[in-house]
Amino acid sequence: MAFESTYTYQFDTAVYKGAVTFPTQLFINGEFVNPINKGTIDLINPATCKAIARVSVGDCEDIELAAQAARAAFKEHWGLKVPGAARSKLLHKLADLVDTNTDQIAALEALNVGKTFHAAKAQDLPITSSILRYYAGWADKIQGKSIQTTPDKIGFTRHEPIGVVGVIVPWNFPLSTLIMKLAPALACGNTIVAKPSEFTPLSALFLCTLIREAGFPRGVVNIVPGYGDTAGQAVGESMIIDKVAFTGSTLTGRKIMEAAAKSNLKKISLELGGKSPSIIFDDADIDQAVKWAINGIFMNQGELCVAGSRIYVQAGIYDNFLQKFTESAQCLSVGDPFSPDTFQGPQISERQFERVMGYIKSGQEEGATLRLGGERHGTEGYFIQPTVFTECTPNMKIVQEEIFGPVAAIMKFSAEEEVIEQANNTTYGLACSVYTKDIDRAMRVASNIEAGTAWVNFTNWPDLGLPVGGFKQSGAGKDLGEDALENYTNIKAVHINIGIKI
Amino acid sequence: MSSFTYQFDTPSYKGTSTVSTGLFINGKFVEPVEKGTIEVVNPVNGKVITSVAAGTAADIDIAARAARKAYKERWGLKVPGVQRGRMLNKLADLLEANADEFAALEALDVGKAFRVARNGDMSGSIAALRYYAGWADKIQGKTIETNAKKLAYTRHEPVGVVGAIVPWNFPLTMLSFKIGPALAAGNAVIVKPSELTPLTALRLCPLFVEAGFPDGVINVVNGYGSTAGQALSEHMAVDKITFTGSTLTGRKIMETASKTNLKKVTLELGGKSPSVIFDDVDLEQTVKWVSHGIFMNHGQACTAGSRIFVQAGIYDRFLKAFTEHASSLKVGDPFARDTYQGPQISQTQFERIMGYIKSGKEEGATVHIGGERHGNEGYFIQPTIFTECKPNMKIVQEEIFGPVAAIIKFATEEEAIEQANNTVYGLACSVFTRDIDRAIRVAHSIEAGTAWINCHNSSELSVPFGGFKQSGIGRELGEYALEHYTNLKAVHVNIGHRL
Repeated sequence: MAFESTYTYQFDTAVYKGAVTFPTQLFINGEFVNPINKGTIDLINPATCKAIARVSVGDCEDIELAAQAARAAFKEHWGLKVPGAARSKLLHKLADLVDTNTDQIAALEALNVGKTFHAAKAQDLPITSSILRYYAGWADKIQGKSIQTTPDKIGFTRHEPIGVVGVIVPWNFPLSTLIMKLAPALACGNTIVAKPSEFTPLSALFLCTLIREAGFPRGVVNIVPGYGDTAGQAVGESMIIDKVAFTGSTLTGRKIMEAAAKSNLKKISLELGGKSPSIIFDDADIDQAVKWAINGIFMNQGELCVAGSRIYVQAGIYDNFLQKFTESAQCLSVGDPFSPDTFQGPQISERQFERVMGYIKSGQEEGATLRLGGERHGTEGYFIQPTVFTECTPNMKIVQEEIFGPVAAIMKFSAEEEVIEQANNTTYGLACSVYTKDIDRAMRVASNIEAGTAWVNFTNWPDLGLPVGGFKQSGAGKDLGEDALENYTNIKAVHINIGIKI
Repeated sequence: MSSFTYQFDTPSYKGTSTVSTGLFINGKFVEPVEKGTIEVVNPVNGKVITSVAAGTAADIDIAARAARKAYKERWGLKVPGVQRGRMLNKLADLLEANADEFAALEALDVGKAFRVARNGDMSGSIAALRYYAGWADKIQGKTIETNAKKLAYTRHEPVGVVGAIVPWNFPLTMLSFKIGPALAAGNAVIVKPSELTPLTALRLCPLFVEAGFPDGVINVVNGYGSTAGQALSEHMAVDKITFTGSTLTGRKIMETASKTNLKKVTLELGGKSPSVIFDDVDLEQTVKWVSHGIFMNHGQACTAGSRIFVQAGIYDRFLKAFTEHASSLKVGDPFARDTYQGPQISQTQFERIMGYIKSGKEEGATVHIGGERHGNEGYFIQPTIFTECKPNMKIVQEEIFGPVAAIIKFATEEEAIEQANNTVYGLACSVFTRDIDRAIRVAHSIEAGTAWINCHNSSELSVPFGGFKQSGIGRELGEYALEHYTNLKAVHVNIGHRL
C-alpha cells in the first residue's frame, strides 16, 4: 500500500455516503510532517480485516521534537500570555468545527474502531463537542484563593498551567478520550503532546486540520500517533513533558508511573481498568434494570472501562431477571457498523478478539455455565456473540479480571452485606450501579462500594459536570467536571510581607 | 515494655522525660517481630542516647492490618467529623501541656536550639493539629446541576489507610502536618519516623490514647527507610503514601507504588530555592530575612534559600552586611540560651556538607566566611558563604542541606529570573524589592510552588505548600491538603430517565 500525505476514503453505506479526506502524517508545530524514522502502520478495518489506509507512526525522536515545539509554544505564545477568554474562544471554535464535520468524523471512528456509525454520531461526537464547550466555559474561571493569615501579610494562591502535558489515549473511544484530556489542559493554558493509539489515529488526524482551522497557535497542540512501548514510553520518560494524562490498561498505567518516577517526577493522572459491579435488588424495576444492565455491559462491544461486567441479582427476582436479560441479549444485533440496525460491531483487533475468546474459554473451564453466546459471530472480522455466564464464583477469572468484551458474569446473592463484600472483592474501583427503590438502601450501597462513580438506578449515564476516576487500582486523578482542572494546574502560594519585621 | 528516661539539666530546660522505645501498633507498645534496634545518637557529641526498636516488613504488615481493621470497624465515616475534630483538639491540648518536654526531646534528638524547638517546632505542631481539627467536620463535596431527571453529587471519602514517612529535620512538625489532615479526613495512619529522630513521635503515642483515638487508628513504626519505609510503600493494604524527604527516595516510593497497588502518592522533596535581591531593598531587613532563609535549622530545610542572587548596585553593601550578620550567629550547645545554630544531624550529613564545601573550593568559588568544622566534638559546621559562584557549580546546582550560602551577582531582572529557573527543583523562592510591579512579576515568573515577597521561610498553616518540577507532587497545609487524603466519589441518581 502506497503512502500519501493525505488519504481519501470513500464511504458508500446504508447510513453514510461520502468521501472523507484525512492527513496521514504527524502534526508537530503546526505542520504535517513525516516521522524521522519514516515509520508507518497499515490500519485495519476490524469488521472486514481489510486494510483502510497507511498512516505515519512516530517514535521517541518525534515525541521529543513535539515536546520541544510544545515547550517553545508554551513559553512564547500560550500559557498565561493568552488570556482565558481567548483560550475559550478557540475551544468554542473547535467545538463548532467538530459539529460541522460530525458525520465525517463519526464515519472515520466507526470505520477505525468498529463501533456503530449510529453510536459514534449519537454519542462519541456530541460528547466531544460538549466537552470542548464545557471547558471553554472554564478557561476564564481558573481561580485560586486569597487566604486570611495575619494583618501584616497577604497570602494567595495562583492556579498556573503546568506547562507541557503529554496525553496518551486508547482505542475504544479515540476521539472522546483525547478531547477529555485536551479540553481541560488547553483551558488551563497548557500545551499538548498527544499520542493516540497506533490502532485508531484517524479521528485524531482529522482533528488536526480542525485545530489548525480553529486558530490554535503552532505548537500548542501536537499529535503523534505511535506505539505504546516506543512513543508512549517516550512521553512517560521525557524530561521536558511536565505531566502525563493517561487512559488505558492498568498494566501500562504502572509503566507510565514508573517512567515518571525515574525521569523528571512529572505529575501523572491515570484512568485505568475496571470490573464494575451492577447490583439489582428484589424491589428494582426489573424491565428498566434489564435495559440499563444490557447497555452497561454490551455498549461499545464491552470495550469500556466502566463496563458493568459483574451483575449481582438478588435471589427473589433472579430467575425473572435472568430470563429477560438473556432474551434482550439474544436480540442484540451484531454486524456491520454501517448497517442501520446494528447494535454491536466487531472487537477492535485480532489480539483483543483472542483475549476475549480466551476468557470465555476460561469461564467454561472453571465451571461457569455458558447461558448465551460464547462463540465467534460470523466468519469475517472480529465479531463475538453477546455472551452471558451464570453460576459464577468469586475466584473465577471471568469474575476477577477485566475482559473488555461483550461478556456478562451474573451472580445470585441474598443479603445486602454479602453483595457489598463481593462487589468490593476486587483490586479495581472505577464504577458501580445499584438498582432499588428503597432510598436508604440506595444511599447505603452507593456509599459503601469502593468506586469512584456510583450510579443509582442506571448504568453508564455520564455527565460532563461530574468527575470520573478510579479508587484503588482503577487510577489516580479525575476526568470531567471542575475536578479535572486540578490535574492541569500547578498551585503556587504567594506570601507578601507588608509589615513583619524580623 | 522497654523505655528510656532522660534527665534534662540545662539552662533552657530542667526536667525528666520517659519515652517507650517499642513500636506503637493498635494502641499498645510492642516488640518488633525481628527484635532489632536502632541507636539514637546525640549529634552534639556523637554519643548514643538510647536504642529504640527497629520495625521491619513484618511489623509494617501487622500495623497495616491493624490500621485497616480499625478503619473499617471504628473509624472512617463511622465516626462523625465533629468527634474526629475533638480528638485532634484534645491531642493538641495534651501536646501543649507538655510542650517544654517535647521541645527538649526534639532539641536533644535533632540538635536544634531548644528555643527554636519550643517556639517554632512545637508551636507549629500544636497549631497544625488545631487547624485540621477545625476542618474535620467540614469535608465537603458538591451537588452538581445536570438535568431535571438526575440528582448528582460528589462525596469526599477517606482514602483508607495512609502511610506517612517523615524526615529528620522537623520530626514532630512534619508528623503533625501529615496526621492532621489524614485523621481529619477520616483515614487511619501508619507513621514511619526517621530512624535518626524517633523520640518525639514515640513520646506522642501515649497522648494518642489519652486523646481518645481508637486503637489502630494511629500507629508508629520506627525503622530504616530501606526496610520499614520500603515495606510501607509496597504494602497492598496501604492506600496512600505521604512522603517528605529526598528526591532520590521520593522516586523510589513512586516506582514502588507503580509496581504494587498503584497507591496514591504525595511527595515533598528537595529544593535549591533562589532568593533574589534587587537594588531598592531595605538592606537591614533583607539581610535578616535572607540569613533566616539559608541558616534556619542549620540549613536543613527543604525551602532553604541557598542560592542568593544580588543585584550589582547593592552587591557590595549586601555582602558586607550579610557577612557581618552571619558571623554573629552563635554556634553551639542547643540548650545554651543564646545558641542560634546547633550541629548537623549526623556524621553522614556532616561529611556530605563538608564534601560540598570542598567541591565549591575546587570548582573555583571563593569561601568568603566559614567553610570549616566548628569545634572538635559533634557535627557542627561554621555558617559558610561562597562568592564568585557560577551556574554549573555543584554548590549552585545540588541541594547541600547545610549552612552554606552561594551568592551570585546579577544585573537585570530577566537574567535573575532565568538563572533562578535554571534548576530541576521548584520548591520555593523569595524576591526582595519595594517596587510592587517588579515584586509581583518576579514572584510569578519563578517556577516554584511558594513565592515569598520581602520574606523567606515564613510559612502559614492555611496556605498550601509544595513543589513544582522535581520538588514534589501534591500540596500540604491549607484546605488544599485535604484533597490528598480523600477519595472523590461521584454519585448519579436516576430520578426519571427511562430507557
